[in-house]
Amino acid sequence: MEHLGSYIYIVSAGLFVLSLKWMNSPVTARRSVFAGETGMLLAIVGTLLSHHILNWDWILAAFFIGSAVGVPIAYIMPMTAVPQRTAMSHACGALAAALVGTAEFYRANQLHETLPTFVMVALVLETLLGFLTFTGSLMAMGKLQEVLPQRPITYRNQNAVNFTLFVIAAGLGIRLILVPTDIWIFPIFAGLALVFGVLLIIPIGGADMPTVIALLNSYAGLSACAMGFALGNNLLVVAGALDGSSGLILSIIMCKAMNRSFTNVLFGAFGQIQASHAQAQQRPYRSATAEEAASILEAAGSVIIVPGYGLAVAQAQHKIRELYDNLMRRGVDVKFAIHPVAGRMPGHMNVLLAEADIPYDRLFEMDDINGEFAQCDVALVIGANDVTNPAARTDKSSPIYGMPILDVDKAHTVMVIKRSMNPGFAGIDNDLYYMDKTLMLFGDAKAFVSEILKELPAKVGA
Amino acid sequence: MDLSTGLFIFMLATFLGLEIIRKVSPLLHTPLMSLTNAISAISVVGAILITGAPGATMLSKVLGFIAITAAVTNIVSGFLITDRMLKMFKKREAKK
Repeated sequence: MEHLGSYIYIVSAGLFVLSLKWMNSPVTARRSVFAGETGMLLAIVGTLLSHHILNWDWILAAFFIGSAVGVPIAYIMPMTAVPQRTAMSHACGALAAALVGTAEFYRANQLHETLPTFVMVALVLETLLGFLTFTGSLMAMGKLQEVLPQRPITYRNQNAVNFTLFVIAAGLGIRLILVPTDIWIFPIFAGLALVFGVLLIIPIGGADMPTVIALLNSYAGLSACAMGFALGNNLLVVAGALDGSSGLILSIIMCKAMNRSFTNVLFGAFGQIQASHAQAQQRPYRSATAEEAASILEAAGSVIIVPGYGLAVAQAQHKIRELYDNLMRRGVDVKFAIHPVAGRMPGHMNVLLAEADIPYDRLFEMDDINGEFAQCDVALVIGANDVTNPAARTDKSSPIYGMPILDVDKAHTVMVIKRSMNPGFAGIDNDLYYMDKTLMLFGDAKAFVSEILKELPAKVGA
Repeated sequence: MDLSTGLFIFMLATFLGLEIIRKVSPLLHTPLMSLTNAISAISVVGAILITGAPGATMLSKVLGFIAITAAVTNIVSGFLITDRMLKMFKKREAKK
């Protein structure tokens, strides 16, 4: 029976790999959930079959409670709240890993069992990563849910404090590895890891959340992986490594899209407030009404819509869908240009637009669509700011210089729906708004698009 | 499992993961993350082993119980919400 379990684990690991592979296209993606579920089921069955498992009452009760909590979360959670759910999920996964590590440590100590050094290394890494990811993810969740302030919380010598704390925690960890019988160290070590998780996330602002979420994903995977080493379980090593590398790739993509170096993120030193250029002088700009906007859109041959998180905040997805339908019926070619950091986690904007029934073959990634702006008649920017700022290409003194942007300024006409002329999240003025071909449409995204829609059908009969 | 075998598996799985994930469409990065979340809840295996071990102490049982609950929550909500999201991704209907 012992061997049966190992074979089942091999099948399960293969299914996890297939599951991730099928995510490469929306056509095969549904299959990947099925493969993942089957892999997980086999892993659980294999474990129950191949080991002498007792305490079924405890295990079944936990399964029951976990399912009872998990099902409603999956169905009730609105799509705008998916980043919070993901952060919560990182917290749960990391907590599970940390607690298993803790239990294993105390179990071995009680039985006076000497764990090999590499097992102790794995246990220490598992609990360190697990506990810090647990509190870190809870903080990230609080920021995303806006229970905690979105702005970075900073104090003097913050980096020095964090660094010192981390060094102490690491030192205690090493001491535990060398002398595993020093049980009194363990609670201090775990406590420091928990505190460190909090301190790591509080200096990070809301705009950096996509990177943070991806990074925490990676940490949660790595702690599961360390658990695999500690328990001598290959399946855990494989699944944890897959998760860890996935989080790593996503955070690298986010870093590139936000113009931050990866080392900067790894050491948690990001989120420092950049000195913003306070531009005192008022510059002239042009604004337009919904009626004017409607007639420009109607006359256009091609329109590229650039959605940002402002669109989701205003819950304007469904109105945008109506605008899309209306213009497509008139023979206008409408496409969507998605910047990698549009939304609050990687790929979030695509999900929000897909929820509004906008077909995914109309959603284009930055690199695929940037060449098309020069030929497009109208670029309609809704709730996006910094990712359209041409200063990122031209102005070396700008804090966002070098950040990849959507080349909205190359379109023949640019229309921007915005509440006011206030600068966006990074506090940087956007030259796009002052160009001759730019029309500012002031108002709430949802309300303004509704007004444009009101103007559009009126002209069908005419 | 000895250390070198474990590290060997870890190395191969990491590179495999990096190659596969690189090919995932950016369109699906959010569902990808909830999927990997559900998969990383494989730690449920470790939690079951700790809770169900012969001679498990009360501490092991309590910690294992919490760990299983947390991991199962992730498995269930992770797979279900991934499926819910993927259902939304539709191509344009052919009808004109």
